[in-house]
Amino acid sequence: MTKYIIRRLLQTIPVLIGVSILVFSLMHLIPGDPAQIIAGEGAPEKTVEQIRERLGLNEPIHKQYLNYMSGVVQGDLGNSVRSGRPVVDEIKTRFWVTLELATYATILAVFIGLMAGIISAVRHYTFTDTAIMIVALFGLSMPNFWLGLVLIDWFAIGGDWLPAWAKLRPSGWGDSWRQVVLPVITLGTGGAAIIARMTRSSMLEVIGQDYIRTARAKGLTDRVITYRHALKNALIPVVTVVGLEFGGFLGGAVLTETIFAINGMGRLTVQAINTRDFPIVQGAVLVISVLFVFVNLIVDISYKLLNKRIDLG
Amino acid sequence: MTQHAAGAAVPKRYNPRLEMYKGIWRRLRKNKSAVIGGGIVIFFILLAIFGPMLTPIDPNATDITNKNQPPSADHWFGTDNYGRDMFTRIIHGAKLTLIVGFLSVMIGGVVGVIFGIVAGYYGGWVDTIIMRIMDVLLAFPGILLALAIVSVLGGSLTNMIIAIGIFSVPAFARIVRGSALSVRKLEYIDAMKALGASDLRIIFKHILPNVTSPIIVQATLRIATAVLTASGLSFLGLGAQPPAPEWGAMLSAGRTFMHDSPHMVLIPGIMIVIVVLAFNIFGDGLRDALDPKMNK
Amino acid sequence: MVETILDVRDLRTSFYTDEGEVKAVDGVSFSVPKGKTIGIVGESGSGKSITSLSILRLLASNGKVVGGEVRFKGDNLLAYSEKKMRSLRGNKISMIFQEPMTSLNPVFTVGQQISETLIEHQGMSKKAAMAKSVDLLKLVGIPSPDKRVKQYPYELSGGMRQRVMIAIALACNPEILIADEPTTALDVTIQAQILGLIRDLQQRMGMSVVLITHDLGVVAETCDYVAVMYAGQVVEYSDVRTLFRKPKHPYTVGLLKSLPRPDEDQEKLIPIHGTVPSPLHMPVGCRFNPRCPAATDLCREKLPDLFDDGEGNQVRCWIYNEQWPGEKEVDVFGEERTARC
Repeated sequence: MTKYIIRRLLQTIPVLIGVSILVFSLMHLIPGDPAQIIAGEGAPEKTVEQIRERLGLNEPIHKQYLNYMSGVVQGDLGNSVRSGRPVVDEIKTRFWVTLELATYATILAVFIGLMAGIISAVRHYTFTDTAIMIVALFGLSMPNFWLGLVLIDWFAIGGDWLPAWAKLRPSGWGDSWRQVVLPVITLGTGGAAIIARMTRSSMLEVIGQDYIRTARAKGLTDRVITYRHALKNALIPVVTVVGLEFGGFLGGAVLTETIFAINGMGRLTVQAINTRDFPIVQGAVLVISVLFVFVNLIVDISYKLLNKRIDLG
Repeated sequence: MTQHAAGAAVPKRYNPRLEMYKGIWRRLRKNKSAVIGGGIVIFFILLAIFGPMLTPIDPNATDITNKNQPPSADHWFGTDNYGRDMFTRIIHGAKLTLIVGFLSVMIGGVVGVIFGIVAGYYGGWVDTIIMRIMDVLLAFPGILLALAIVSVLGGSLTNMIIAIGIFSVPAFARIVRGSALSVRKLEYIDAMKALGASDLRIIFKHILPNVTSPIIVQATLRIATAVLTASGLSFLGLGAQPPAPEWGAMLSAGRTFMHDSPHMVLIPGIMIVIVVLAFNIFGDGLRDALDPKMNK
Repeated sequence: MVETILDVRDLRTSFYTDEGEVKAVDGVSFSVPKGKTIGIVGESGSGKSITSLSILRLLASNGKVVGGEVRFKGDNLLAYSEKKMRSLRGNKISMIFQEPMTSLNPVFTVGQQISETLIEHQGMSKKAAMAKSVDLLKLVGIPSPDKRVKQYPYELSGGMRQRVMIAIALACNPEILIADEPTTALDVTIQAQILGLIRDLQQRMGMSVVLITHDLGVVAETCDYVAVMYAGQVVEYSDVRTLFRKPKHPYTVGLLKSLPRPDEDQEKLIPIHGTVPSPLHMPVGCRFNPRCPAATDLCREKLPDLFDDGEGNQVRCWIYNEQWPGEKEVDVFGEERTARC
């Protein structure tokens, strides 16, 4: 097991390097002269030159990458082209907002997804099952920003009982739970649908296993068989999906935050793209991706741990 | 026990491949959701091809006196904030949506399949390098990779297609690599190599046919994802640019007027849901039909 | 005559699939005398496993018992409520399966899986059940049981796991143990051990055993009575001695002829021609008729009943009926085996 963890950790290193190269390259993939694009069309030559200087675009490319990386490992992601402030400072507070939003969305998705998936599997091929699976398909097929807009229209502007432009506060729950509800539903619905589908198919697969037949031959009640014997096995593959969903929420937050005007990483990224503030885009993308890589690492390891008994069987 | 065909009726000429297709077709037809999903997909394809010819109105024709009209007999889907006919725009948008979906998945599919086959077939360090690159692409969660690519290339329909195409590559590469790897290990492949069959021949004759089913299923489901992602990017203003009647962009434009003219947001959204849903259930149905093992 | 504990009469079980109704079991009758072992023999697909699952009503959701009776001490189990049935399973009637590798739940310890039955049926406390589990592991011959009881299935070999399955099955002192190919998946040496263990425990506990197998050698060694199954039906039922000395049904005769037998003077092994019919396309008349060397028009038209020979042995073959149109003495596979009226 330790060997697996070490191997998995080592595997992460090239991925992280790859991510950093890709993020670094973003600036150089800009068609034409990046400095000119950042400065905007028709900007005076002097400004363009200044930007080029500030971003170190004059140096040879490998040197630029090494400079960038030596900064990154020291926690320096460069400075914003617009405000001039360090990217790290711009990101810092917003990071926690997005993390909080994604965490709540994950909790919601896991809670609803598991419940729906289990009910569906237990009543498979009944009306309830079909209904749940149809709802899940809709959840899966809905653009989350559209769901968000509809929710705002129904609950916030129409009903006026939930504030429309909620702002997630980094400090957490408090009395602001209402402001959290709509964004969390918006972000979490798709994930809930995926988890529900996954849980159902995993449960159905487990129900067909020999050891479930053994449990029935023992004279156990359906309840015990479903919730003790089947569920414990069925949840193991679901763990992987939960990890992926959490990552997906970090990315999906871009749209949710934009709609609800939440000052998280996602909204920051979109704003930075619109103002061509590439150091911020790079920083935000890098931070989210690295976080995602580590979440996946944890998920893989815990899956391996949970699966140990089955895998070697 | 030996087999002895005495007295058995002479079977009709048996063509295994034909029988396989017949079986797939029968299972597909019996699968209600596949039929519905496939039907809607075909409907939208026909709509995208012939729809624009059937609507006499220019999708970009403005009519300021008739702006923000709710759906009516004159304007089935109402009008937008420039008085443009939403129904016409939705039909023209169907074409954009399907083009984005199909093209991006085609790009991602072709590149992904090539990567996957090369990685799985040749193995070794080629495999390691390709799959690490795929891991890197997968390290950007959800829409973020496409977003990052579009952010540098600039927002446009073409760039969005490229971005979503790149975003689709790893899914194909992973599936194909797995199959290629397992086929390569079969003994008859060694035998064929010994007989002098070229790599290309083995790949096209023996590996590709084995991966077509998963590729088709994956492609169908990926189109759903691509349409969703595209609508998101366009909503953020990073995809199709106004006045293109792209559904995501229409949704974005309608946002400001949502309270008084909800149809401007509801209708494009519902269209996206229907198309994505259709591809999703069609893909689910295809998977069931192509992989009878999963059925039992 | 000994008391009959389980009596299966004309059992019929169907599966409903995409291709239509599959009559997997279509007329199975046999009885299990108290304290005895009965073997159910047949090729794969003959319906022997489905028969055993039908007795305990453990069929998959697309399977259904559509006819017949399963009488346990006189009560028809098919008429039992699910709740009543449950109180019987693992308690009065236990079952072990072919695949010891997959029949234990991977996420629970051996002890948890044994004690579960005790808690369910005997209302034991967790602690008492765990202590009893250790005793049971000792009973089935597992060394250092107090250590093993805390282990997970993956830490055990196949033979060990089958022993654990037996321990689970025997936890509540059942009156009947149904063993569905209990040794098929195991190494030959382990097979003998497990069969020996079952026989030994049967004698000690006085239970009846229904042993499902495709292996006539296993039957000869362990069973008192045998039901031979072919294409979803019992074609012959008799005591084990008669079956091997004077098999009646041409299928049984053929089976024995195709086996190497140290106790007989055999010139060569004779295969049965043809293959088992598909349950979707059963032949009209006797199901064995396309493969039977003695088949007549009657065999091709009418399915014979399970005729009783008056000594408690039964055979499903026209040869043993007064309607038999062929010669009085029928040679099936060579001269020395004569099926007589």
